[in-house]
Amino acid sequence: MPNMSLKKNEMPVQDANVRNKNFQEVALGYTEEQALDEAERCLNCKNKPCIGGCPVAIDIPAFIAKIREKDFEGAYQVIAQSSSLPAVCGRVCPQETQCESKCVRGIKGEPVAIGRLERFVADWHNAHSTEAAAVPAKNGHKCAIIGAGPSGLTCAGDLAKMGYDVTVFEALHLAGGVLVYGIPEFRLPKSIVQHEVDNLKALGVKVETNVVIGRTIEVDELFEQGFEAIFIGSGAGLPRFMNIPGENLKGVYSANEFLTRVNLMKAYKDGSDTPIKKNTSVAVVGGGNVAMDAARCAKRLGAENVYIVYRRGEEEMPARNEEIEHAKEEGIIFKTLNNPVEILGNEHKFVTGIKCVEMELGEPDASGRRRPIEKPNSEFTLDVDCVVMSIGTSPNPLIRNTTKGLETNRHGCFIADDNGQTSREGVFAGGDAVTGAATVILAMGAGKTAAKAMDEYIKSKT
Amino acid sequence: MYKIIRKQVLNPTVTLMEVEAPLIAKKAEPGQFIILRVNEDGERIPLTVADFDREKGTITIIFQIVGATTELLNHLNEGEFIHDFVGPLGVASHIEGLKKVAVVGGGVGCAIAYPIAKKLHNNGCEVHSVVGFRNKDLVILEDEFNAVSDVMRMMTDDGSHGTKGLVTDALKELIEEGNQYDEVIAIGPLIMMKFVCRLTKEYNIKTVVSMNPIMIDGTGMCGGCRLTVGGETKFACVDGPDFDGHLVDFDEAMERGTMYKEFETKKREEVCNLFKM
Repeated sequence: MPNMSLKKNEMPVQDANVRNKNFQEVALGYTEEQALDEAERCLNCKNKPCIGGCPVAIDIPAFIAKIREKDFEGAYQVIAQSSSLPAVCGRVCPQETQCESKCVRGIKGEPVAIGRLERFVADWHNAHSTEAAAVPAKNGHKCAIIGAGPSGLTCAGDLAKMGYDVTVFEALHLAGGVLVYGIPEFRLPKSIVQHEVDNLKALGVKVETNVVIGRTIEVDELFEQGFEAIFIGSGAGLPRFMNIPGENLKGVYSANEFLTRVNLMKAYKDGSDTPIKKNTSVAVVGGGNVAMDAARCAKRLGAENVYIVYRRGEEEMPARNEEIEHAKEEGIIFKTLNNPVEILGNEHKFVTGIKCVEMELGEPDASGRRRPIEKPNSEFTLDVDCVVMSIGTSPNPLIRNTTKGLETNRHGCFIADDNGQTSREGVFAGGDAVTGAATVILAMGAGKTAAKAMDEYIKSKT
Repeated sequence: MYKIIRKQVLNPTVTLMEVEAPLIAKKAEPGQFIILRVNEDGERIPLTVADFDREKGTITIIFQIVGATTELLNHLNEGEFIHDFVGPLGVASHIEGLKKVAVVGGGVGCAIAYPIAKKLHNNGCEVHSVVGFRNKDLVILEDEFNAVSDVMRMMTDDGSHGTKGLVTDALKELIEEGNQYDEVIAIGPLIMMKFVCRLTKEYNIKTVVSMNPIMIDGTGMCGGCRLTVGGETKFACVDGPDFDGHLVDFDEAMERGTMYKEFETKKREEVCNLFKM
């Protein structure tokens, strides 16, 4: 008999007032009992609508059935057929708008906690499996991947499994992309990312760090070096600013800089060589997941007051509900319907405050969200000594500026068809470099699709 | 890992290292920079390419020991390795078509000015070099500059070597003597570049400066290196490091450069104490 409880098994988490002072993982993961109980909630329905909600089409009912049989390794193998980064996706995918949004249990009550089960299975595998991955037989063809983020790693994994000789080029000193420089330790422990990268290396994937494609090596040279197909997964890493007065004062960071200092460069650890300013009050401008990450990092670094300043309402925030809730529990103060107009500083040019105006919502705009309109005479100042701008990013221009024949749109994103094929033969692209800033799983989906297209392309030529 | 194949102490606070980095050596041009990490948990710091040898596959860096990381770097010896070394980053200096140029270098900035002077000289351009140091013990690259300069002016603050005075004094003299420069290229401390630009503005001579702000990734990702140039925000790492000196907001750049001064001072002391033990 299935478990007919209307509620998901709750995720055990660190207490909010403990976790907002440390960088350890917030969500602790299901126990075996919880996982078995939750797996019983899946009705194993005929239509399997959940699979259609997954950008990489994991056979969700099949892996949940394996959990019910207590065959956790078997469950992992089902997921691994479709996803190369299950421990990552189980943590950072927005399941509520993907697989779980399609689950029939969600019609009356809460859907099956697919994400939490995926995480359980991946963590179980990482803790218990000792079997080395079988290295696939090589087919003698070479592919290059630009960028070791979610799309690039996925593409690399799939191609390696098909027998390709794959080299991943990464500009930073560490593979992982946004998984290591952006998403904080408390949401995605870096050891998990490292484990996934090691799994790829075990498949024979070569990872060349400290190589900036467009500078150290150009795309055309990769072809000269014998790579037959190239995937560009360079992400959207160029931070945007608001262009308001005071943005270059000391204590104003882009979310990228703030998070990179904290995560990649480990500024949160005592004794780190990379400095970060110690603050008492921090305003994070923006309403996405990145803004939530920055705010929660600021709190953990010891700031007393951390504000989210967002020009629309909470309803309109692009961040996941779970992230908003976690941030609130940890004491982040939400200043919605407020828009910054100026950042104020002292005589030494350090930030002292942020001047905002109140907003109200008008008619829906092009994005479908109600457009914020300034309220007259509503100016006020928040006293802060740090401002983090988290209002979005654009793709980096390095590759498009150094590669002939690669078309981009007016936002600087590469133009690619549904298979990732760009305007240039043999060059494929996917992830944020094509879509602009989006999610980890969409980037992975694009990497997967492109791997298939690259395989077909190379086969068609030989 | 990147091997140090030559280390040379240029003066008590400035060191030269030649590092094996064949991919970077193949591409590097004067004006570009690299980013390095000394060890596994080290910070990323930008250093300008002082020279390169495409055949040997090496990049030469020259650095002043100012903070914890440069202190650690200075403790590495020939045959040892730098953990990470990435580049060449930034846009190369544009020197095509220049016929007569004054190259102004201050202190360790001369390490960046020299490869540019050399390339200008090799391209057949008339090069007037004005280099300045605090005193004779801090002088670097004098012979190298001499070898590529048609006119050479050595200045020291205390007069212990060359002429006593500032680089701006010598540059003003050269201009007043009737030298017509296509361009002045000034590389050194921000305060020096600011005053060179103030001077050349009076004479309406185009002036290019090389900015070296705080940076993390060096590829346009963090925005920490932003400057105001002509009223617009620019990223030194991808838009520069060379900029039109008459448009750069030097006062803002100087303020931004002090952001972590306290941290740096403390950190360097810690590192120094480590090596004293």
